[in-house]
Amino acid sequence: MAEYDDLDDTGRRDFLLKVTTVVTGAGAVAASIPFVASMNPSAELLAKANTEVDLSDIPVGGMHTVAWQGKPIFILHRTPESIKAMEATNGGLKPEQDSDRVKKPEWLVVIGVCTHMGCVPNKEGPGWTCHCHGSQYDDSGRVLRGPAPNNLEVPPYRFIADNKIMIGQA
Amino acid sequence: MANKIIAWIDHRFPLTSFIKHELTGYPTPRNLSYWWNFGFLAGIVLMLQVLTGLFLAMHYKPDAAMAFDSIQHIMRDVNYGWLLRFMHSTGASAFFLVIYIHMARTLYYGSYRAPRELMWWTGQGLLLLLMATAFMGYLLPWGQMSFWGATVITNLFRATPFIGDQVVVWLRGDYAVGDDTLTRFFALHYLFPFLIIGAVVIHLVALHSVRSSNPSGIDLADKDNIPFHPYYTIKDFYGLGVFLMAYFLVVFFFPHSVLEPANNIPANPLITPDHIVPEWYFLPFYAILRAVPNMVGGVVAMGLSVIVFAFMPFLDRSRIPGGGRYRPVYRIMFYLFILDILVLGYVGYVPPTSKTIIIGQVATFIYFGSFILLPFISKAEDKWLFKRGLPPKILALIASEEQEIAKRGKR
Repeated sequence: MAEYDDLDDTGRRDFLLKVTTVVTGAGAVAASIPFVASMNPSAELLAKANTEVDLSDIPVGGMHTVAWQGKPIFILHRTPESIKAMEATNGGLKPEQDSDRVKKPEWLVVIGVCTHMGCVPNKEGPGWTCHCHGSQYDDSGRVLRGPAPNNLEVPPYRFIADNKIMIGQA
Repeated sequence: MANKIIAWIDHRFPLTSFIKHELTGYPTPRNLSYWWNFGFLAGIVLMLQVLTGLFLAMHYKPDAAMAFDSIQHIMRDVNYGWLLRFMHSTGASAFFLVIYIHMARTLYYGSYRAPRELMWWTGQGLLLLLMATAFMGYLLPWGQMSFWGATVITNLFRATPFIGDQVVVWLRGDYAVGDDTLTRFFALHYLFPFLIIGAVVIHLVALHSVRSSNPSGIDLADKDNIPFHPYYTIKDFYGLGVFLMAYFLVVFFFPHSVLEPANNIPANPLITPDHIVPEWYFLPFYAILRAVPNMVGGVVAMGLSVIVFAFMPFLDRSRIPGGGRYRPVYRIMFYLFILDILVLGYVGYVPPTSKTIIIGQVATFIYFGSFILLPFISKAEDKWLFKRGLPPKILALIASEEQEIAKRGKR
């Protein structure tokens, strides 16, 4: 029991007010978690996160675009000359060795989304050009000219057979 | 009978006194020009958008597989569906036009000055809400421009420090703009107008506390105020008539002038159109985004270009009321700034070439430079005008403004 003269002591009340505020705030944050989380990709989308691609019908020098997680994936069957040219340089704005970007030199697999604003670059000559803001990439997907800040991303993928890849699993 | 009902209500709710105080008897400066019509017009356009939007929502399907076709259904099969849709799409452009004129008037006449800073800032909040609503609404037809516009704009959030990529996925609810993005944009596009209405109420409460500014820029003495009704109801409705003629001219005869042809192609996540342009009302900001060669820098510059207006009450150091009306240097700055925005709009519209990039960068410098230099220029102009000697009429205005501010402080 509080003593009579404790009525002048506001310390206890101030303390209780602070504790209540903190607990209410923490509760509000905790309550927001399900709402915020509900806006992230659903289990259905996550279940469709892998794409299997048969490479045997892509001719040498040809490119196929497949969808993975709703994004375009460029699969380029590179010619020996193109491989040689790409291995000879380290790219432009973000130097990276060609061998670090491929599993087998004749197959380049990159996410076909410009690292600037997310447009899909077009295959033009050797490499790609993004029509939205004029970025250029080489046949290894490395950025040669801005405004794109990064090389085209390499998705996680692995060869499940000689001519088959599974995109989404490293 | 009617009197009896009103008396019954007045006993329980301040109906008559509210109408008298805030509408019929609301004191309004007698010297308002037609530039003061645009707040009222914005309110009308808001109501038109809510009304047409409600009826469009009865026929629209926010599903990636059905959205595009449901727009065609509205255009071809729904009775007067074409009218509802063209009113809504034209209304979006009309809304921005009216709001931009409303803002330009505020800038020209210096209406953002004390004590109307909160009017200016709540208005700024309304502009941001309007931009968000328009952007989300633009995804709903699910055409190529819709899809890639939403892709580019949601991608801007990659500039968020540390968690940029996660934020983008969270906003889209998918790894790319998709069905989940469309459905949530529809939900939010329906919600935001209610937030706008709430913000408009705050804007109006603030207005009725500080009262309307006027071309001489200050609170007028009581004798120079006239009741809102009938003087300004007449003036506002006359302006509304002119506005509606222009609006329906576009709705009936040029509805496609505010729509992008590329949006008649259904959204395709694997092909980007050769030339992506935002709606005309975003072009100047888009040009600023493109002018900065660094991605994060571009996003920050674009954000600042919208927010920077909020600093006007602090940046403008002049003591002279009436803004551009009595300040020749400020007036020149104002027109140059408008011209600069038009140049930026053009640069945002054309495909980027090395020449337009340079023009865009120069225009971006002028845009921000106007704000950065304003404190010094307005101070120097103030000094120069006082030294040269102001006409007694303006000196009287300054004195009466100081009096009004002192009176307000006591209230």
